[in-house]
Amino acid sequence: MNIQFRESQEAASPLTTKTAIADCDIHPARATRTELYPYLAKRWQHHLEIYGVHAYQGMMEGPPYPKAQPNASRRDAYPPEGGPQGSSLAFMQKQLLDPNNVQLGVLNPLNTGQGIRNHELSAALCSAINDWQIDKWTSKDKRLKASIVVGNEDGLSAAAEIRERAGDKNFVQVLLLSRNVEPLGQRRYWPIYQAAEEAGLPVGVHAFGFGGNPITPSGWPSYYIEEMVGHSQCQQSALASLVLEGVFERFPKLKMVMIEAGFGWAPSLAWRLDKVWQRLRSEVPHVKRPPSEYIRDQVWWTTQPMEDPERREDLFDVINWIGWDRLLFATDYPHWDYDEPSRVLPAGVSEANREAFYLGNAKKLYGLA
Amino acid sequence: MARHVIAAVDELPPGTRKFLEIDGRPIAVFNIKGEYFGLMNRCPHQGAALCEGPLIGLAQSSDPGEIEYTKLGEIIRCPWHGWEFDIRTGQSYCDPRRFRVKAYPAHVEPGASVVKGPYVAETIPVSIESDYVVVDL
Repeated sequence: MNIQFRESQEAASPLTTKTAIADCDIHPARATRTELYPYLAKRWQHHLEIYGVHAYQGMMEGPPYPKAQPNASRRDAYPPEGGPQGSSLAFMQKQLLDPNNVQLGVLNPLNTGQGIRNHELSAALCSAINDWQIDKWTSKDKRLKASIVVGNEDGLSAAAEIRERAGDKNFVQVLLLSRNVEPLGQRRYWPIYQAAEEAGLPVGVHAFGFGGNPITPSGWPSYYIEEMVGHSQCQQSALASLVLEGVFERFPKLKMVMIEAGFGWAPSLAWRLDKVWQRLRSEVPHVKRPPSEYIRDQVWWTTQPMEDPERREDLFDVINWIGWDRLLFATDYPHWDYDEPSRVLPAGVSEANREAFYLGNAKKLYGLA
Repeated sequence: MARHVIAAVDELPPGTRKFLEIDGRPIAVFNIKGEYFGLMNRCPHQGAALCEGPLIGLAQSSDPGEIEYTKLGEIIRCPWHGWEFDIRTGQSYCDPRRFRVKAYPAHVEPGASVVKGPYVAETIPVSIESDYVVVDL
């Protein structure tokens, strides 16, 4: 099929909001396969050429489910100079940051060194990605801030990477993914939480990753749709584990951000946890407060993909339970399930809550207020 | 309603589409196997440039395991969220009750009648010997 594309233009909608916003989930990509090599020791460059990477999954490469759009991205997000979507700072500025008046953009690189079985390679790739984020992105546009990507399955080297970067103003959070070898509350991950708490950095848990487990609690589903909705199930398991293993109790200053898995499920999970905890408290005496309290005190939520119920009152009910001070607006640019800033929040929200939702909460959480 | 000359026939061969702005509205005109279709180039869902998406078919099922794939090449799929619209009618297949996209009639007129008007030949130089794609807004 011959498709004639006109030259991509900035956001097509003339309704673009001009209110200053934060975008708490932007995915920067590498323009070429070897773009990380300048940040990798020769030993690892050669290793990649000879052996490649071996993730915690059955397939040698690629995600377990094809993504419905090329690179899971908007078809209008290819940079004019070539390369995959999200790989050009100039085009990101033109298509996302400038027209939407993004004052703070938080970078969450995916397809990095996370979820790789060779822990030394995992750590080297994560460190390279972190250098690359500064060089290619944050040093060139002060609106952008990076996430410290860490080799998630080796708590000690991950903690070392966090301490290495602590205090560097280019970074505003530590990044984990939701699919790991074990539930995120397990002790193997505690060094990450300890180092993040010491550094005063929130830990973001973004959907996806490679853990080697089926991507739903009931096994491998047939459809990409099931992967999409399965992210919330995965995040629920992760959050229950963090609460019940005592992570929040042990690290009371730790802040977690649940990224790209929705938030409508938060109240029901908290209610169920509270109810069962009241009855089975003696199994987990280290969990000293009702689970919902830890969640309210120490968890934030990015908005994309924004819940979109038929009645806006239902959305407001959920947000009122979570708290208008706990949501962080995100677009997920350049991915295909991008949320357009001017379209996601229904009418009927107070000016103070709108400002918190779009910008204030993020600036406060990420230490930029 | 105004009639707009948007291209000489040779400039819009089968399998191609042309993007333009008419009266401040983003419009796309498609040539599909010699048939012409005009569509508003703005997705009613969140405002993406709808017509930058691919043309696909319509998958429907009367029963699990039974799939009919029809309207091949006549369903436009939004480049952002994948919403599907019928290029002939602008009907949405994702949420037909709440959303539709405006479809505009488009067809070919001979140069002789285009020269006579009443057409708005905005930037297209018109000659009697050629045929032109015309869209009605």
